[in-house]
Parts: sequence; structure tokens; C-alpha cells
Amino acid sequence: MNQELVIEQKTIGDMTVLRPTGDIDMARSSAIRKVVTEVIRARPAKLVIDLSAVEYMDSSGIATMIEALQSSMRNKIKFALVGVGPRVKVAFEITKLLGMFQIYDTVEDAGK
Amino acid sequence: MVRKMERDPEISIRLFSDPHLLSTIRATVEGLAKIIGFTEKSRGLLMLAIDEALANVIRHGYEGRTDELIWVHLWRVREPRGIRIIIEDLGRSVAPEKIKGRDLSDVKPGGLGVHIIKETMNESCWEQRPEGGMRLTLVKWLSPEELQNVTLSKPENTFP
Repeated sequence: MNQELVIEQKTIGDMTVLRPTGDIDMARSSAIRKVVTEVIRARPAKLVIDLSAVEYMDSSGIATMIEALQSSMRNKIKFALVGVGPRVKVAFEITKLLGMFQIYDTVEDAGK
Repeated sequence: MVRKMERDPEISIRLFSDPHLLSTIRATVEGLAKIIGFTEKSRGLLMLAIDEALANVIRHGYEGRTDELIWVHLWRVREPRGIRIIIEDLGRSVAPEKIKGRDLSDVKPGGLGVHIIKETMNESCWEQRPEGGMRLTLVKWLSPEELQNVTLSKPENTFP
């Protein structure tokens, strides 16, 4: 997939959900990093990144997710990932970081 | 740019060091890997490895400049069956022994590229090119299961 990263943002109760669409790679990870920083500054109770529309993620995307997790923990925000597809899962697995994250199948599950 | 090997590469691409071009290289590698017989998971890993290698060239070799040149050459390998990839650049040269993956038990962003390359590929060899820059040779073979599937599949999957 060769397109700009589009990031949809919505609020469900006390939870902010970010849904990027497109590949998260070196060219695009800074876009999601910027949005995550803004969301964390607003201090929601929960931050969920829905990766169901992301087909590919490289190590810069993984690094962005680690930064989001660590920044959320520092700010006492619950952080979760949703919709981790096979190609994205491969990147988490090979870097042995999959177990670091709360991962749910759906946004509804993450909100429970 | 590429050293003479037993035969010319099936695919050679010259690209600028622009991160927005990485998706086109990923797609090319995936296409060739599919012809060779790599599974979806192996193709995903191969895309990740070449992406990380190119990102390292852009980030470290060319220090983020987007108008420098990178060469990517792809071969199908017969014995054992697999893919060989050579990436060459004219960027900052580094002693190969200094290229190392980091300790993954230290959970922090960044520095994962070399680990991904070494975990994914059967062979990864960095060299300093005499004319400047670096050459990275990557080889990945089909797993025994993938090889069996290819052997049992259609004739168009055989090598020329």
C-alpha cells in the first residue's frame, strides 16, 4: 500500500480511539507520533490505537507504539492496541515486544 | 554498481533515498518472493528486513538526505532455493563489526532494524565498498515446508 497515513480520531466515553489507515513506515510514523502526543496531552482515561486498517508496520511504527505505551503509563492513561493483523503482528513478534501490549480484537472489547 | 555474480540480477532498481519510495521496494520484493514460493508470513518478514536495511541506509548512511542514490538487486537462488538481495549505497561507511543489533530486554524505541534483519535472513553481510559507501548482502532460503509446497505445485513455479 502506497498512500499517506490517514488518522481518524474519535472519543467513546472516557476513551480516545485513533485509527490510522495505511502503512506505518519510516515515511509515515512521525504523523501518528504527533497525534498520539496531542492525545496524551489531553489526558483521556484510555487511549486505544486501532490497527485494523494498517497492513504493514516497520520498526519505526513499533517504536512509535512503545513511545505511546510508555508515555501513557507515565500519565496514568490505560493504553491498548486493537485489530493487530498478521503482517503487523509479525513485526511485534520478531522484536519480542508483543507481550508488552494489551491487545484486543475490537474497540468494544478494549472499552470494557 | 553490483559485483559480477554467477548471473545478472533478475531485478535491479536504482532509487533515491526518499522514505516515501520504500513501499515500492517492499512491493517488488514481495512479488519476487511470492514467485519463489515464500509463504505470506515469510514474505512479511522479508519486506520488513529489506525495509529496515533501506531505512538504515537513509537514516545513518545518508543522515536523512532524500536525494542520494541507493541500488537494490534481487536474485532467485537455486541451491538452496531462496532469494538474494544486495543493497548498495554511497553514504557514510561504517566498519561492519560495529553493526550490531541491540539487547531487546531493554524495552525502548529505536535500534531494532539490525535485529530484525539478522533474525529474518539466513545470511546478512555488511561490507565497505572500495569506491565508498556500504554493500549489504541478504539471503533467505525457503523453509523445508515451503520447499515441499513449491515442489508439489505447478510447473510455472520452476526456475528458468
